[in-house]
Amino acid sequence: MLEIKNLHADVEGKAILRGIDLTIQPGEVHAIMGPNGSGKSTLAHVISGRDGYDVTEGEVLYRGKNILDMDPEERAGEGVFLAFQYPVEIPGVTNTTFMKEALNSVRKYRGEDELDAMQFMKVIREKTKQLGISNDMLKRAVNVGFSGGEKKRNDILQMAILEPSLAILDETDSGLDIDALKTVADGVNLLRSPENATLVITHYQRLLDYIVPDFVHVLAKGKIVKSGDKSLAQELEKKGYAEFTDQAA
Amino acid sequence: MAATVETVDQVRALADDKYKYGFVTDIEADTAPKGLDESTVRFISAKKEEPEWLLEWRLKAYRQWLTMPEPEWAKVDFPPIDYQDAYYFSAPKTTEAPKSLDEVDPELLRTYEKLGIPLREQEMLAGVAVDAVFDSVSVATTFRHKLAEKGVIFCSISEAIKDYPDLVKKYLGSVVPYGDNKHACLNSAVFTDGSFVYIPKGVRCPMELSTYFRINAANTGQFERTLIIADEGSYVSYLEGCTAPMRDENQLHAAVVELIVLDDAEIKYSTVQNWYPGDENGVGGIYNFVTKRGACRGKNSKISWTQVETGSAVTWKYPSCILQGDNSVGEFYSIAITNNMQQADTGTKMIHLGKNTTSRIIAKGISAGKSQSTYRGLVRMGAKAKGARNYTQCDSLLIGDKCGAHTVPYIESRNSSAQIEHEATTSKISEDQLFYCRQRGIGEEDAVALVVNGFCREVLQQLPMEFAVEAQKLVGISLEGSVG
Ligand SMILES: Nc1ncnc2c1ncn2[C@@H]1O[C@H](COP(=O)(O)OP(=O)(O)OP(=O)(O)O)[C@@H](O)[C@H]1O
Ligand SMILES: [Mg+2]
Repeated sequence: MLEIKNLHADVEGKAILRGIDLTIQPGEVHAIMGPNGSGKSTLAHVISGRDGYDVTEGEVLYRGKNILDMDPEERAGEGVFLAFQYPVEIPGVTNTTFMKEALNSVRKYRGEDELDAMQFMKVIREKTKQLGISNDMLKRAVNVGFSGGEKKRNDILQMAILEPSLAILDETDSGLDIDALKTVADGVNLLRSPENATLVITHYQRLLDYIVPDFVHVLAKGKIVKSGDKSLAQELEKKGYAEFTDQAA
Repeated sequence: MAATVETVDQVRALADDKYKYGFVTDIEADTAPKGLDESTVRFISAKKEEPEWLLEWRLKAYRQWLTMPEPEWAKVDFPPIDYQDAYYFSAPKTTEAPKSLDEVDPELLRTYEKLGIPLREQEMLAGVAVDAVFDSVSVATTFRHKLAEKGVIFCSISEAIKDYPDLVKKYLGSVVPYGDNKHACLNSAVFTDGSFVYIPKGVRCPMELSTYFRINAANTGQFERTLIIADEGSYVSYLEGCTAPMRDENQLHAAVVELIVLDDAEIKYSTVQNWYPGDENGVGGIYNFVTKRGACRGKNSKISWTQVETGSAVTWKYPSCILQGDNSVGEFYSIAITNNMQQADTGTKMIHLGKNTTSRIIAKGISAGKSQSTYRGLVRMGAKAKGARNYTQCDSLLIGDKCGAHTVPYIESRNSSAQIEHEATTSKISEDQLFYCRQRGIGEEDAVALVVNGFCREVLQQLPMEFAVEAQKLVGISLEGSVG
């Protein structure tokens, strides 16, 4: 479903991704771990279409389509979702307004009817209930004054509402308490199906106890230097990255 | 350009001839000849069958206008206006006053509909009375009866001059004197229509009053005159909205709005202004030079101005409050959006005269393209305004790096017990915000509209419901093409 082939990307003339190969099949969960600054967020941004990255080589195929030429909103329409490492504040725009506009944009892209206010409220009530998220958050402006954990939870709520086929979680677990961690895991597990896939970027083995990955990859200096099953995550937690950073250099 | 100059010279020559031969304007004509002189003023007054005092007032205004220089302190830049190259009175073809919408020229109704002003639907849905101004003559007025039951007067200013001469004589020019500024002076001399509202003592106007102003015939300057009086303990919410069709010649619009609020009364005046801003190179577009001022004459009176300014090539507009009555309250909520080559110099004046008067200013400026937007505000605390307070917040949002936003606050305090607070911010629309929206599926232009609407929320919230929805759409429409 996602095929990344020999992907190279620069930021301001500096090579950050230096030949990434990664294939994700429907139904799979992949985890990417790696030291700070190794290019994990950059990879997530390039897949989702953020400006400011120069893809110098390689391609990203999503369900057989090259998505590198698509606008970010088209990729979202195709089912790519990114939970941000740092979710963004949008003052004055309520969560409900934001999510309704997002859902309707995506539905429109997919040729589905847009939902009216009533229908949308039904969806949102169902999802907040499933995730155990308080409704108070809905009336507030998007992420404004939210605690770190609340922002992450809010991203997971958006994910649950948009029902993406490929969810990328960029350190969504960082800074979360146990309850929030479970919310995140519930959100991901709610989406799990033979058709959907998840890419989890994390520093901690902890999340992977809840979201069990099929594959774990180590990213160092812009390359995947090792891949394995979930035991690799445990190994990394014990030994750190020293071995790989030396190797990639 | 050369051709225009030539024409102008010819017109001037003609005008001179008129005096030489004692030329008198043909009162039977539907349109006054191009240009402006005393005979134009007399023609308008005669057409409107006005009383002598009003003609005299107009003539005084005209004579003063001749002597006044153009105001040049605003941060706007445009070629000098050729006042002789415009018509000052014109009427649509169907001048017989229609008694109902059925009698209105279907062509006009269709134009209204294109602009999203379906009169019929509005009548039924919103319970809004519409006094639609087409060119200079009112072509449809609705809900007159329902209002009459409460004693509310809502009619065109021309009708008011005929039917309620005492009220008009008492209040016209009492807030904006004819010599107030060059544009107000011109308006006083040649105003052709506009609205008149009187809310009697203790009456809460049962519906929002709404007027759609439009400009249609080529080269017709619009000089609307609005006068609203809220008698003791009354309340009214007045909506003013405007749109204009595409055109390629600059048009002058110099309106005057006067509000008078007596003890314990309140006027809420909301505007959505969407006149043709010119094309992306700044060609065409309306010059909008408006004088809007309200007097809180009574104690505990209140005026609240809310404006959403998205149109016009040049906007020059400072809705103001004179807070005379003790404990009176003035509010100004403003959104000014400029795109492409638009220029806006807008703001407010809060003149505190009475004790414990308070004012609140929330101004949001959004600039995109190569546009320039200036907030210009004056807060004056008079010597007797003990305990007066003002809070001002000015936020500017820039889209792109070729536009400009400027904030020019003037503060004058002659009173040590007065408190003035001023906050100002300038920010750029952030890439992070746009990417966040787009990653969620929201297209780039919709994302800009969403973020900008969020930025303006405090002001949009002040608008009546139906208007707020329209205004939100307008925010998006006016920023189209500002990114990417
Ligand atoms: N806009 C930018 N300008 C300059 N350098 C950048 C920019 N964006 C990313 N980089 C650099 O690219 C490298 C990879 O950054 P990235 O955010 O992808 O790392 P990461 O693996 O997500 O790290 P972390 O674990 O700390 O989140 C870093 O060295 C970072 O400084
Ligand atoms: Mg990162």
